[in-house]
Amino acid sequence: MGVVIIGGGQAGLQVADSLRSGGYEEPIAVISEEHGLPYQRPPLSKDYLTPGADPVPLPLRGETFFTEKNIDLRQGTTALAVDRSARTVALDDGTELTYDHLVFATGARNRRLSCTGADLDGVFGLKTLVDAQRLHRELAAAQDVVVVGAGFIGLEFAAAARAHGCGVTVLEFAAQPMGRAVSEETGAWFTSAHAELGVRLRLGEGIEHFESDERGRVRAAVSTIGSRYPADLVVVGIGVVANDALAAAAELKTENGIVVDASLRTSDPAVLAVGDCANFPNVHSGTRTRLESVQNATDQGKHAARTILGETTDYTHLPWFWSTQGSFRLQIAGLSSKDDWTVATGDPGAGKFSVLSFRGGQLAAVESVNSPADHMSARKLLGGGLGPTPDEAAAPGFSLKSYARQAASKPSGG
Amino acid sequence: MSTIIFTQPSGTTDAITVEEGTSLMRAAVTNGVEGIVGECGGQAMCATCHVYVRPEFAAALPEIADDEEEMLECTTAERTERSRLGCQIPATPELDGMVVDVPSDQV
Ligand SMILES: Cc1cc2nc3c(=O)[nH]c(=O)nc-3n(C[C@H](O)[C@H](O)[C@H](O)COP(=O)(O)OP(=O)(O)OC[C@H]3O[C@@H](n4cnc5c(N)ncnc54)[C@H](O)[C@@H]3O)c2cc1C
Ligand code: FES
Repeated sequence: MGVVIIGGGQAGLQVADSLRSGGYEEPIAVISEEHGLPYQRPPLSKDYLTPGADPVPLPLRGETFFTEKNIDLRQGTTALAVDRSARTVALDDGTELTYDHLVFATGARNRRLSCTGADLDGVFGLKTLVDAQRLHRELAAAQDVVVVGAGFIGLEFAAAARAHGCGVTVLEFAAQPMGRAVSEETGAWFTSAHAELGVRLRLGEGIEHFESDERGRVRAAVSTIGSRYPADLVVVGIGVVANDALAAAAELKTENGIVVDASLRTSDPAVLAVGDCANFPNVHSGTRTRLESVQNATDQGKHAARTILGETTDYTHLPWFWSTQGSFRLQIAGLSSKDDWTVATGDPGAGKFSVLSFRGGQLAAVESVNSPADHMSARKLLGGGLGPTPDEAAAPGFSLKSYARQAASKPSGG
Repeated sequence: MSTIIFTQPSGTTDAITVEEGTSLMRAAVTNGVEGIVGECGGQAMCATCHVYVRPEFAAALPEIADDEEEMLECTTAERTERSRLGCQIPATPELDGMVVDVPSDQV
C-alpha cells in the first residue's frame, strides 16, 4: 500500500520528496521508465549542447536521497496498466504494486511530424537524456542544421548549433517565434537577436518534406513555400502531447491531459495527476490549462503531496518560466494572452527590457529579457496580487524593481 | 578535487569532494545537501542555490557577474556581503576546505 507515483521526472520526484518531508511514513514507489538516475531536462537543450560542455546530466536528486528517504525508485520500469477497483498498478517487469494513492506524473512526449521523410536518419526530437546525448555527438560533425519550430526548444537548440559553427535555418509556420508564450514585442526582439547570431529564422514557412541521400539520411528540408534548405541534421521542436493514455485506459477523464480539480485529484479521488500531464483549473488564466515548466511540475508536486496528507487547499501558484538561448535570457512570470495590453519598460535597443501585460487594468504577466531583477520583482508583485497600473508602468523611467521595493515597504498592498 | 563544507542553519555539516570545474550547486544537489535546490539547473535564473561564503575564501571566488548580482538582490533569505549563487562557483584547488553556510530558506 502507500503511494505509487508513475513517472520519475521533476513532478514525480517532488511528490515523493514532499511526502517524506511532510511526515508520510507508508511505502512510496516511483516508477521511472527511463534508465539511470532521474535528471533535470532544461540543461539538455542549453549548457549540455554548448561546444566543449561536459555532457553529464544534472540529477534531480542524488543517489543517497532515495535510500535515506526510503523511496523505492524503479529505474527502467514502465507502468503498463492501472486497475482502479483493485488499486493496483501492473509493471512491465511482471510485478504488481498496490496503492492507497496513485499519482500520474507521466509528463509529455514530443509531437511528431507526419510529412515525408520525418523518420529519416538525422531527424531528431529533443526530450530525453538519450536524445541530448545523440545530439551532442551529432552537433560535433554537423554542418547544415534545420530546426522545425521556433518554440523554446527549437530556438535554444538553434543557438547551440550556431555556437558549434553550423549553418542554421529555423522554419516556423507562425508569424512570430515562441508565438504561444510571448508577446509580439518579445517575439520581435528575439527574431532580430537570432538574426544577429546568424540563425536564419524563416517565419510563415513550415516544413513540407525532407529529402534523403542514398544512405537514407536526411539531405535537405523543403518548406511549404518551396524553398530547399540543405540539412545533415534536423531537430523537430513542434510541441508536446500529454502522456495520458494510461490514465484514459483506466477510465479517468482525459482531455488534453489528465483532467484534475483544484486540489489536483482526478475523477477518482484516490488518483492524482501533476506536472506536464495534468490539465488543471488555472486561476491565472481563468481557464483549464496544461503547463510545461519546472515551476509547475515542482509546485504541483508539492501541492499533490499536501492533498495526499489531507489538506484541501486549491492550487493557485504563480506560473513562471525561463529560457536561455545562447547568451539571451528570457524569464516569464504569470501568463499573458493575446488580448492583453502591453507596456515595454527598460531598453530593448540595449537588449535589456521587460514587457508588462495588463488584463482588465491589472498586471497579469511580465516577460523579462536579460533583466533578472525585473523578473524576480514581477514574481513578488504578481504573487501578492499587487502591481502598477498601465499608466504608472508607461511613465518615463519606470522601473519594476523600484516599484516592487516600494510596494514591499508599504504595510498592506499597494 | 577540493573539499567543500556545507553548514546547515542547525549546525550539521556535509563535507563534499568536488571535482575541479563542477559547481557548488551541482555538487550539493548530487550529494543531497539539504537546502540547495538548484531549480533552474544552474543558470542563475532561480536563486535557489544561494549560499553564504565564509570571508576567508572571498578572494578566491570568481567575480560576481551582472546576472548573478541581479538575482542575489532577490534571494529568499537575507542577502549579505557573503551571498553567492552556488551554481556560479566552480570548484578550484584554491577553494579546497572552503566552508559555506546554507541559508534557512531558499524558496
Ligand atoms: C529539452 C528541454 C528543455 C526544457 N527547458 C525548460 C526550461 O528552460 N524551463 C522550464 O521551466 N522548463 C523547461 N522544460 C520543461 C520541463 O523540463 C518540464 O516541464 C518538466 O520536466 C515536467 O516534469 P514532469 O515530471 O511533469 O514530466 P517529465 O520530467 O517529463 O517526467 C515524466 C517521466 O515519466 C516517465 N513516464 C511516462 N509514462 C510512464 C510509464 N507508464 N511508466 C513509467 N514512467 C513513465 C517519462 O519517461 C518521464 O521520464 C524543458 C523540457 C525539455 C525537454
Ligand atoms: S541553480 Fe538556479 S540560480 Fe543557481
